[in-house]
Amino acid sequence: MTEDQVKQIVIDIIDEIAPDEDTSNIKPEVNLRDQMDLDSMDFLDIVMELRKQHNIEVPEEDYPKLASLDSCAEYLTPKFNA
Amino acid sequence: MKPNDLDNQHFETVIIGAGMAGLAAGIRLALAGKNVIILERHNASGGLNSFYSQAGRKFDVGLHAMTNYVPKGTKGTPLTKLLRQLRIPYDALDLCPQNGSRIAFPGCDLGFTNDFSFFESEVARAFPKQIDSFRALAEEVRTLDAFNLGAIPTSAREAVQRHISDPLLEDMIFCPVMYYGSAEEHDMDYGQFAIMFRSLFFEGFARPLDGVRVIIKLLQDKYRSLGGIRKMKCGIQKIHTSGGKASAIELDSGATITADIIISTAGAVETARLCEDQPADAEADNIGQLSFTETITAFDQQPTDFGWNDTIIFFNTAERFRYARVDDALVDPTSGVICFPNNYQYGEGRQLDEGFLRVTAMANHDKWCELDEEDYLAQKAYWYDELQKVTLGLLPHPKGRDVCHQASAANDGRLETAVPTLQSAIDIIAQHRIASDMFTPRTVRKYTGHLNGAIYGAPNKIKDGRTHLDNLYLAGTDQGFLGIVGAMLSGISMANLHVLQGD
Repeated sequence: MTEDQVKQIVIDIIDEIAPDEDTSNIKPEVNLRDQMDLDSMDFLDIVMELRKQHNIEVPEEDYPKLASLDSCAEYLTPKFNA
Repeated sequence: MKPNDLDNQHFETVIIGAGMAGLAAGIRLALAGKNVIILERHNASGGLNSFYSQAGRKFDVGLHAMTNYVPKGTKGTPLTKLLRQLRIPYDALDLCPQNGSRIAFPGCDLGFTNDFSFFESEVARAFPKQIDSFRALAEEVRTLDAFNLGAIPTSAREAVQRHISDPLLEDMIFCPVMYYGSAEEHDMDYGQFAIMFRSLFFEGFARPLDGVRVIIKLLQDKYRSLGGIRKMKCGIQKIHTSGGKASAIELDSGATITADIIISTAGAVETARLCEDQPADAEADNIGQLSFTETITAFDQQPTDFGWNDTIIFFNTAERFRYARVDDALVDPTSGVICFPNNYQYGEGRQLDEGFLRVTAMANHDKWCELDEEDYLAQKAYWYDELQKVTLGLLPHPKGRDVCHQASAANDGRLETAVPTLQSAIDIIAQHRIASDMFTPRTVRKYTGHLNGAIYGAPNKIKDGRTHLDNLYLAGTDQGFLGIVGAMLSGISMANLHVLQGD
């Protein structure tokens, strides 16, 4: 799994949990919360879907690592490839 | 599956109560793939907000209006967050905004709509000297962190009085805010006041054409589609405890089930008293004191045909508004809420077939419950009539043929016009009434299990949902979010905080 594929997985999850947000122009280096109306409850859902759909566990202390698409890719890709 | 079939089963989470909070919590947990069951004592979902049928006609209880209304696409408000968390599309709620409502006090009316600037202009018209203070109050409420008040008093009365010096305006602001969710007498927590003020005035009122059952059905269907289990007519006898934890749940049927975590929406005191390690009179100082009665009348024509265009009227006819337990009477008819469910913007060609009028007032639980059956029915009939009189006194004289006071030619040949009296108003609406009913605190107690028939639950809210047991949490009315949207958000946030986040 590449970092780009992981980014697409995260985008797909955001599309699913926040269908009213536009995910077509997300800047990968910018915090997701600064470009979209996402709150802590939404991040809980991202984590929930990662677990449900991909069996990826993200412990609560690692939530900050999901801040931007780039940091998601950096943090999650090794987990997907493990 | 019969309740007995549940015997010895284990669930990751058991939710007590299939009201708005319980269903919302259930959806969250089912979304996360949890093994979850909702247990409901009654045979219908919805809890405080439900409906029933009588002679083929459906009557709503609870919901006059859904507060927190915002147009589709509005970001960051409670309604938007709620829909996203439950993964329910906005349009599924069929929310139709109100026409317009008012606060009616002796000699003074303040109209309000879903556009806050209209309410502001009404305050400026009726209270020109207070408008700057009112704007300052509104700004404070808008920016207040309702969960972290700091230097601002927690008494909403004190907080409002820092801005508003006219007691009439103060009471007029408190009347709708208290009626739509305060469990406290006379005063309320400023944080709760701010949440209610925003949900009523900054956001607004809306309703699905088919009322509260649209929302209940939506929640039930969502929960079921995710594989959640719901068991109706399944009351709880006792929560067994061991070492500071809930160890098992004993059902009315005698079956026993176990759960890692229990979320109870039964109420703070009601839940404590289910626990075997608590005395039968536990937490007696936190039982709600406020109960209500409501009349509902169906007409063969629309309210607007009578000339009644308001959506909701919050009224008070006394010198000062008194929001408190009714002490020496069955009902306090001096204040209340009048609602016309027809008067929403349902869109071209959409309207309820019949006209409906609902009138809510405060009532004394103990006095209603003491009555024997004959007296109970007689008192219901009496207070139905009394509340109807109060209502007619606040509404424009109904348009219609006046049977008792026909214009008559006087001897000198002048035509004497009929004087619109209360009696003639009563006669006119009687010609159009096709059904009526009334709930009392006794009804509330029976169908919700709330002690004292206290619709808004315990005065002291448990904001973190924690109880004396490690794995037993509260959600719903007694967790402290108000209104239907608040109830659902309560279920969501307690499920998130205590089950999903710790996962």
